[in-house]
Amino acid sequence: MARKKKSDKTLNVPTAPFRAGDEATFESWPWKPGDLGRPDPKKCSADDTIKHAHGLVRVLGDDNKASGDWNPELNADELRQGLEHMVRLRIFDDRMMKMQRTGKLSFYMRSFGEECVAIAQTMALETQDWIFPTYRQPGAQFVRGRDMVSMICHCLSNAEDNVKGRQMPVHYTYKEGRFISVSSPVGTQFSQAVGVAMASQYKGLDEVTITWIGDGATAEGDYHYALNFASVYNAPVILNVVNNQWAISTHANFARGGNEFASRGLPYGLASIRVDGNDFLALYAVTQWARERAASGAGATHIEVLTYRAGAHSSSDDPSRYRPGDEYAQWPGGDPIDRLRDHLIAIGEWSRGQQTELEKRIDAEVMDAYKEAVKFGDLANGPHQEVETIFTEVYEEMPWHLKEQRDEAVGE
Amino acid sequence: MPNMNIIQSLNSALDNMLERDEDVIVYGQDVGYFGGVFRTTDGLQEKHGAHRVFDSPLSEGGIMATAFGMGINGLRPVVEIQFADYIFPGYDQIVNELAKVRHRSGGQYWAPVTVRTPAGGGIRGGHHHSQSPESQFTHTPGLKVAYCSTPFNAKGLLISAIECNDPIIFFEPKRCYRGPFYGDPHNVLTWEGHPEAEVPESHYSIPLGEARLAMEGGACTVIAWGAMVHVCEQAIRDSGVSCDLIDLQTLVPWDRDTVVNSVAKTGRCVIVHEAPKTSGFGAEMAASVQERCFYHLENPIQRVTGWDTPFPHSTEWDYMPGPARIAAAIQRTQEG
Repeated sequence: MARKKKSDKTLNVPTAPFRAGDEATFESWPWKPGDLGRPDPKKCSADDTIKHAHGLVRVLGDDNKASGDWNPELNADELRQGLEHMVRLRIFDDRMMKMQRTGKLSFYMRSFGEECVAIAQTMALETQDWIFPTYRQPGAQFVRGRDMVSMICHCLSNAEDNVKGRQMPVHYTYKEGRFISVSSPVGTQFSQAVGVAMASQYKGLDEVTITWIGDGATAEGDYHYALNFASVYNAPVILNVVNNQWAISTHANFARGGNEFASRGLPYGLASIRVDGNDFLALYAVTQWARERAASGAGATHIEVLTYRAGAHSSSDDPSRYRPGDEYAQWPGGDPIDRLRDHLIAIGEWSRGQQTELEKRIDAEVMDAYKEAVKFGDLANGPHQEVETIFTEVYEEMPWHLKEQRDEAVGE
Repeated sequence: MPNMNIIQSLNSALDNMLERDEDVIVYGQDVGYFGGVFRTTDGLQEKHGAHRVFDSPLSEGGIMATAFGMGINGLRPVVEIQFADYIFPGYDQIVNELAKVRHRSGGQYWAPVTVRTPAGGGIRGGHHHSQSPESQFTHTPGLKVAYCSTPFNAKGLLISAIECNDPIIFFEPKRCYRGPFYGDPHNVLTWEGHPEAEVPESHYSIPLGEARLAMEGGACTVIAWGAMVHVCEQAIRDSGVSCDLIDLQTLVPWDRDTVVNSVAKTGRCVIVHEAPKTSGFGAEMAASVQERCFYHLENPIQRVTGWDTPFPHSTEWDYMPGPARIAAAIQRTQEG
């Protein structure tokens, strides 16, 4: 049958707001601290968060002051602790990236521009809570007290790598901190986290699970499995969509129609909140709220953490090919470290001099840790793990076929 | 000792394990209130509580992901995928997550998940209620794979699977749930009176990785698993050839010693499976047998399998290996 043409229009394919060579011009945010009230996390319904899902929870204003119902009223020591963790992560990332360029690491991924996400959110949790991160939340380990030398040994894939050279750099595992093994397939951790939370609930334990997924990976089935299971079983889990706007070169416009992620939790019956992801105080407060809600038995919270991936996706990526070089600087959310620093200065609890001192101290700390770690080898020069480790821990006990293959591999 | 069919023996295994271990929980589509579309979990919710035996959303990916999370957090989930054909939305979670987490975490985390799933043809199920996708899991390091065939080994193997600290895909031959299948679709039997249907009510286990010698003979070795074990039994009788019939029971790790010792004795080998031929598990076994038994083999190894096509509906008896095809293969090994 001949098919009748109705117009010259063709497939509608979205694009990014700005591409390489464009001038990035963002409108300033309409959302201010104090816009949104803080409902009772133990009692409110998903519908009580409709405004929070469509708006943006902020605490730090353009004047660097904290205000509004969501102000978590952290003391200056806590704020300085958060600042220190973020500075540590940024300097650590920069050092690792430099070492990647020299061939000491096979690969690296920085958290640049979104250091606040894992750090503020993990600080807002209890130590028994479970962490199901993506590769962009390694900062949680600093909060949980992981030794930096051990982290670098992993990145160097050397003899002291606690995952035995089996995974690419940044794919950390830290069981002591209840930090699950990072997996490259994006999104899988999101639905797994709900199972962890269901098990905590089954055992009647005071444990909450937190997990993150990128804006791009919300297009995976695992995102929807997670929201649905969390809702159906009322699991004590905190489901974060880190909207850093870019999935490698793919803008968030390809991950969803419309302009929002947070509100997608509402039809699942989940409390849903969008939060300024570069505002340490707002992110801390929203996470604390979600923890309180989960722990009380009132269920999961779906959070859109609005931020910007300031750096490349990974050491293998070149964002100048697909977005304006200064887009990060033009984006209205600012920089999470600068904003917390400026807040501490504004309240008289910090100074530029102290900031410089902090950066110097951490730079030395990272260098010292690196020097210590590299004593155990690096990817380029070895020593690497024993060949036998290819075969161990595939199963609890090595079956005969792996024993034979191991013997062949080690030349026995 | 009571006579049980496979449904009853699997139910008994789950009941024993729910009784013995608080960390065992059972869930999947229609598994809870209703007791499963095949009735395998019948009565278990009522006996053990809705928090331990429960229904899940229609979401194989979500079932597998949550089982992973529960396993990490100390539980021992036993999940049901209603038909093996529907396991694929959960494939990423099985292949990239369950199978790899122990290794990739340096042994810090593991998830002892048992995935029960009815598989195989013979129920007029068409493309999507008939497949036998075991080789899509035997090719994944980190997984164990078992395939039961009788009431007795169904219970013993399932208990071993649940007690095992590795993730395992546990295939159940749905055509044999209520009776052995000898290849004649019109002869619908029950397990009544069958020696393999004498099943203790109490806990027992059959070690993973050990095959079962279902028939003993000297002229040919026939290897099968699932429903094909019974079809092979018929074919061996029809062929008049004295055969060892090896019911593999576990595919990963498989019992190579039993197979190799038998072929060394008989010098002949026929491998039978319902799944398509190309890259089927029979290919792996044939390669291993020729490596180990080259100088014992009197004739080429024969494979009798499903065709390399989608599983058909009205012509399923021309697709599944039947006694005639298998007997002919056994005869071919006796030539020359």
